Amino acid sequence: MSVVRITDTTLRDGSHAMRHQFSEEQVRLTVAALDAAGVPVVEVAHGDGLAGASFNYGFSLVDELRLIEAAAETARTAKIACLLLPGVGTARDMRAAAAAGAEVIRIATHCTEADIAIQHFGVARELGLETVGFLMLSHMVDPNTLASQARIMAAAGAECVYVVDSAGALLPPEAEERVHALVQELAEDAEVGYHGHQNLSLGVANSLLAHKAGARQIDGSTRGLGAGAGNAPTEILAAVFDRVGIETGINVAAILAAAEEIVAPYVTRQPFPDRSSITLGYAGAYSSFLLHAERVAERYGVSAYDILMEAGRRRYVGGQEDMLIDIAVALAQSRS
Amino acid sequence: MSRQSRVLAGIIGSGNIGTDLLMKLLRSDRIELRYFVGIDPASEGLRRATELGVEASAGGVEWLLARDELPELVFDATSAHAHIAHANLLSAKQIQVVDLTPAALGPFVVPVVNLNSHMQAASLNMVTCGGQATIPIVAAVTRVCSVPYAEIIASIASRSAGPGTRANIDEFTETTARGLERVGGAARGKAIIILNPADPPLIMRDTVFCAIPNNADWESIADSIQAMVAAVAAYVPGYRLTAEPQFDPPRPEWSDNGRVAVFLEIEGRGDFLPPYAGNLDIMTAAAARVGEQLANTRLAMQP
Repeated sequence: MSVVRITDTTLRDGSHAMRHQFSEEQVRLTVAALDAAGVPVVEVAHGDGLAGASFNYGFSLVDELRLIEAAAETARTAKIACLLLPGVGTARDMRAAAAAGAEVIRIATHCTEADIAIQHFGVARELGLETVGFLMLSHMVDPNTLASQARIMAAAGAECVYVVDSAGALLPPEAEERVHALVQELAEDAEVGYHGHQNLSLGVANSLLAHKAGARQIDGSTRGLGAGAGNAPTEILAAVFDRVGIETGINVAAILAAAEEIVAPYVTRQPFPDRSSITLGYAGAYSSFLLHAERVAERYGVSAYDILMEAGRRRYVGGQEDMLIDIAVALAQSRS
Repeated sequence: MSRQSRVLAGIIGSGNIGTDLLMKLLRSDRIELRYFVGIDPASEGLRRATELGVEASAGGVEWLLARDELPELVFDATSAHAHIAHANLLSAKQIQVVDLTPAALGPFVVPVVNLNSHMQAASLNMVTCGGQATIPIVAAVTRVCSVPYAEIIASIASRSAGPGTRANIDEFTETTARGLERVGGAARGKAIIILNPADPPLIMRDTVFCAIPNNADWESIADSIQAMVAAVAAYVPGYRLTAEPQFDPPRPEWSDNGRVAVFLEIEGRGDFLPPYAGNLDIMTAAAARVGEQLANTRLAMQP
């Protein structure tokens, strides 16, 4: 039987939708429910990764190290993962996360900048962490370029490299050919993963195709809680993979219960393919821009749609949330 | 002995930064840039220096220290590792050093903020490109009110991030954050760097966020920022605001502080590096400025 490992990122990507206001109790309840349902890996961190708490991305209600510690204390079989974006967080933050109980580190760069993560993969391996590389906004480059960046991460020590559709922009054939290119390139050297968003409602379909193309790690988020229109929902992935006969190790009834009874009650904003979220996928803009664009749109009396289309046109990359203010100020000026 | 009209200087490091600095120092009327050294005989920088009439060698710092007439000032544009090796050799000869590497052996220096306090230092460190661009803004705010927290986001074109930056990007974030505190005067600093591969390349963009007390005088802060931008633009002509400073009232999630946001664009002069690489230009322009001021002092102190 074919297998796939699901990483649930409710407590990391979902942090965007929660405006980084997760409480320690929510983290404990969520980890306990996911762990009991058989989810093998649970990611916990600020939405923008370790040390993401900032003016630019939003401050956390509770220090993420405290949340990681709580998650590690709660998990019985699930491994706790963290995200690190070099340029935002540092190796020092990774060491602190490992000390707090993280066992998997996912190191993310823009899809053309893998070499800025080499030092971090080195440190991660020294710390004995399981390593995953994240190539963000994978729609922005062709499959071969993406595969050569994946090779840089694998050579630096990544045990798996993800095609990350941060904008929820990939169409099914585009997702499949990118995963295929990475599988060809990495062969036995590293696994390939896929991280999908629902901005164009293709996260689940793309995840299935990704598996067909050879991906063996797939990201989901319970209730789809994540940036933009949310992630491929973990409970749907579990159900769909079960239907096609691919083993995830997740109990469908239990993950459905976790989604309905544990996560749904605390969600302050249920991600949905609304106008702004679809615009992210359509324009190819980073999903985390969503709430920031809406906030500055309101502040400056301009439209979030216009801001996000412009962000896509200017080809801003993950982390450039500050530019949304810049766009909004310019839009407000050009109108007056 | 006749009065000197210019101070004798050299550059170590024939890469992009060293070569761009070479072009800037050759315009100086206070500095006589006579020596330019690297370690790679094939480097474009050495060829360029020779063409421009500067004594150039691939013999490294040893060649430089074997000259009959030693420089009084040396600009080190190599690497942190190399600079540590050079520092003792140079100080043994009483040569003052402007250090453009991240080694940070000497005090952090940002010309418009704190150069006057460090004129006698054996080695003056130029922090980072992001630091040179953003620390003046933080200092402009801290001279008006307290800044419990300052955060900067430096967006640079991928093509302007060299192998040294890429191999140790943590050094950028950590060093810049320390500079925001030590030189900028923020109680706590945080730095973020983003590489953007867009083509045509984006001009360097920096955003500075400062937490400010709820009773801060927004108008005085805005005036102070405008004055500071003009002062930096005096030596980095492409340094400008893309929008007026933006003020936000206090919020609970900001520990009840307000916030000022400043949006900067730094276009390079295009001396050796392309104009989008404002991050590299501001380093060399700031180092040249430091060199000029040090030279001024030395010339003024002549008997």
